[in-house]
Amino acid sequence: MPHSIFLAFGHLLEIENLLLMLAGVTGGIIVGALPGLTATMAIALLVPFTFTMNPASGLITLGAIYCGAIYGGCFSAILIGTPGTPSAIATVFDGYPMAKKGEAEQAIVTATGSSVIGGLIGAAVLLSLSPLLAEAALKFGPPEYFWMAVFGLTIIATLASKSILKGLIGGAFGLLLSTVGMSPIAGDVRFSFGLPALQGGIELMTAMIGFFCIPEVLFMVEERGKSYTLISYKRQRGVTLSTLAKLVRKPILLIRSAVIGAIVGIIPGAGGNIAGLVSYNEAVRASKTPEKFGTGIMEGVAASETSNNSEVGGSLVPLLTLGIPGAPPAAVLLGALLLQGMRPGAELYTVHAEITYAFLFSLFVANILMLPIGIFGGKAFARLITIVPVKLLAPTVTFLCVIGSFAIRNNIMDVAFMLLCGLFGYVGKKLGFHPGPIVLGLILGKICETGLVQSMLMGKASGSTWSMFFARPISLLLILLCLLSAMWPFIASALKKRGYFAIDSTGEGNRG
Amino acid sequence: MRKMKALISGVTALACIMAFGGVLWAAFPEKPVEYIICFNPGGQSDVTARVQQKDLEKALGVRVIIQYKVGAGGAVGWSALAKSKPDGYTIAGNNIPHIILQPMMRKDAGYTTEQLVPIYLFETTPIGLAVRNDSPFKNVQDFLDFAKKNPGVITVAGVGTYTGHHITYLQFTDLTKVKLTYIPFTGAAPQVAAFIGGHATAIFGNSNDLVQHKDRIRVLAMGTEKRFKPYFPDVPTFKEAGINMTAGISRGVCAPPGTPADRIAVLEKAFDKVCRGKTFVSKMEEMGFWVDHLNAAEFAKWLAEKKKEYTDILRKMKMLK
Repeated sequence: MPHSIFLAFGHLLEIENLLLMLAGVTGGIIVGALPGLTATMAIALLVPFTFTMNPASGLITLGAIYCGAIYGGCFSAILIGTPGTPSAIATVFDGYPMAKKGEAEQAIVTATGSSVIGGLIGAAVLLSLSPLLAEAALKFGPPEYFWMAVFGLTIIATLASKSILKGLIGGAFGLLLSTVGMSPIAGDVRFSFGLPALQGGIELMTAMIGFFCIPEVLFMVEERGKSYTLISYKRQRGVTLSTLAKLVRKPILLIRSAVIGAIVGIIPGAGGNIAGLVSYNEAVRASKTPEKFGTGIMEGVAASETSNNSEVGGSLVPLLTLGIPGAPPAAVLLGALLLQGMRPGAELYTVHAEITYAFLFSLFVANILMLPIGIFGGKAFARLITIVPVKLLAPTVTFLCVIGSFAIRNNIMDVAFMLLCGLFGYVGKKLGFHPGPIVLGLILGKICETGLVQSMLMGKASGSTWSMFFARPISLLLILLCLLSAMWPFIASALKKRGYFAIDSTGEGNRG
Repeated sequence: MRKMKALISGVTALACIMAFGGVLWAAFPEKPVEYIICFNPGGQSDVTARVQQKDLEKALGVRVIIQYKVGAGGAVGWSALAKSKPDGYTIAGNNIPHIILQPMMRKDAGYTTEQLVPIYLFETTPIGLAVRNDSPFKNVQDFLDFAKKNPGVITVAGVGTYTGHHITYLQFTDLTKVKLTYIPFTGAAPQVAAFIGGHATAIFGNSNDLVQHKDRIRVLAMGTEKRFKPYFPDVPTFKEAGINMTAGISRGVCAPPGTPADRIAVLEKAFDKVCRGKTFVSKMEEMGFWVDHLNAAEFAKWLAEKKKEYTDILRKMKMLK
């Protein structure tokens, strides 16, 4: 094992990988900064291009894009008052007022510094927790996987969606989609409508490219007339250093936000937008001067940005150990891992240790790279928000969607299916159904079904199906979490009455 | 004199080139061969093909391009092959029992076993029966004695239904007259993890997985003809343990229906050369596989035998009408 860690470091030092990280972070920031292009979309579009790379380089690039894109969302949040990615929703609350007051540079430096700190803490959580959890994941048998999937499903229905009903419907639709093709246990083919291509079920990456990218493109085209007024800023001498100095003098705020981000990340299905909102809410509650939040103070920006970046590392913990994505972008990374033949679980840390650790270490480097890129390239990114025309962007993204979905299996049917998912996602979104719950339902459905049937078989062998489901310690804990999250809407409204929430934390749906 | 000699050898050389060249130009192959892999990159089928690729290019004299057509336990790739142009330029890796069982058990597999024209069979991953180190079962007899007294209580982890592991389980329980509970998993990785984690009593595992975890498990019997020497010299075969069966997942290559016999012969010869080569043999053994060499005719005969064997057992179990 120490040997493979050594080799993993070797991968990081390869010039090619360093350049890929640099390009990944920069590209990620640009995608994140452009309103309408999300982190999930950036990763979904690029996964098909990484599987000709060796697995280490591919994953390193995708990790860098993930980090960069989540951070990049702050530029449009601060400078035009629209989050570039859903994760940056809470950044708008104080970032935009700061910019209006003429403190745009302070806001951006604060966002950059806290993103780096949050990202590093998140990566540290991932690096220290996931190998331990991967070993502990052996304790997860079929009943535990079943309850874990149920827990994920309750989360997407309640916490992660604006409307519980729509979240439930979206998740249930995803579950239905997951039953298309060969059943994971009995091997019979269902809902294939006689098409041999559907035997294998719905190709996850194809569906994700369709659901996450096409609707955004269509919305972009719809809103093409919309122009943004960019608050421009000049870099002033000394502001960077003094702002960073002020920031590091708030360790409690930073650590609290990072911990919240990592925890929200670990919870399956809850993405960066929730991390930012919860952490902002807690910052307001902990503050001695809560009334100042929303008027343009750096604490607000720091709370949101620290936590949405530490969420990146957190969201990869359940992904790498159990194969359950902690957030939508992590769901796309699952597709990338599977395409490289790497199954989540203990094997990632033994058989594939070299690649896995190279990926984990690369997240640290990517986060550190954000500091110089963000501070020196900030102005350029800001300009990009206004000058990149939709008539260039929309066809480019569509083109990437088409070749991407074709490249996965060289199957033209997949392209048609991707477009179908895209149209479906677009109509759904118009009606208030977000693609996040659908895709998570698609992933969790297979896990849930497999766990259910296997547990029933095991229960029959052991003599009691009931005790197989309800009498195992980890299962009990998960059941408790399921109940808690299913009751969350009631708990939340009770808390609201007591004035617990500083903001409306139900947010903007689960999009990451 | 010297000049003369040079001239003669030059002319001879030229004549040779022209003669052979003439044959070569007319011969197959003259453009890249597409080698379809029906499973994910990085999986066993892919790794095997990658080991063959360079030597195969040398033997055929053209490039060999590995293409992935993944899904439905291989059926997506095989149904695509069945519809490909039968000119010898498209071939696919095929796995047994997959290509026998899928068309038998699914209504819409998209291909039939007979459509996939056998070229060569080169490798078998033997399946073995194992328990964890701390298990009270020291040998197959202990295992069977307990199973006879407690029907259905022993759980055995396998990969999928109507797969190599499942058919092994069916044959095993049929021959030994015991009742076990078979628990299918979605792949070898979750299967092994669940077994090591104590969620199943025993496992029908692939040799390479058994080799990888040999410190944590006790292999009771192997599905090979002879003992699996390099790794488990002390473990009996099923036959030695009194159970008359072999078990394994085999890999070969096949071509679309209607591919001309002379082209199959060229491919067969190339694969024979590559798969008897040192690179291939040593790499396969290192990974815990069993190297086989069946030519096209032997492969076809063996396929027919296996098909009959599986049909019989599935009929007997009332899984096939």
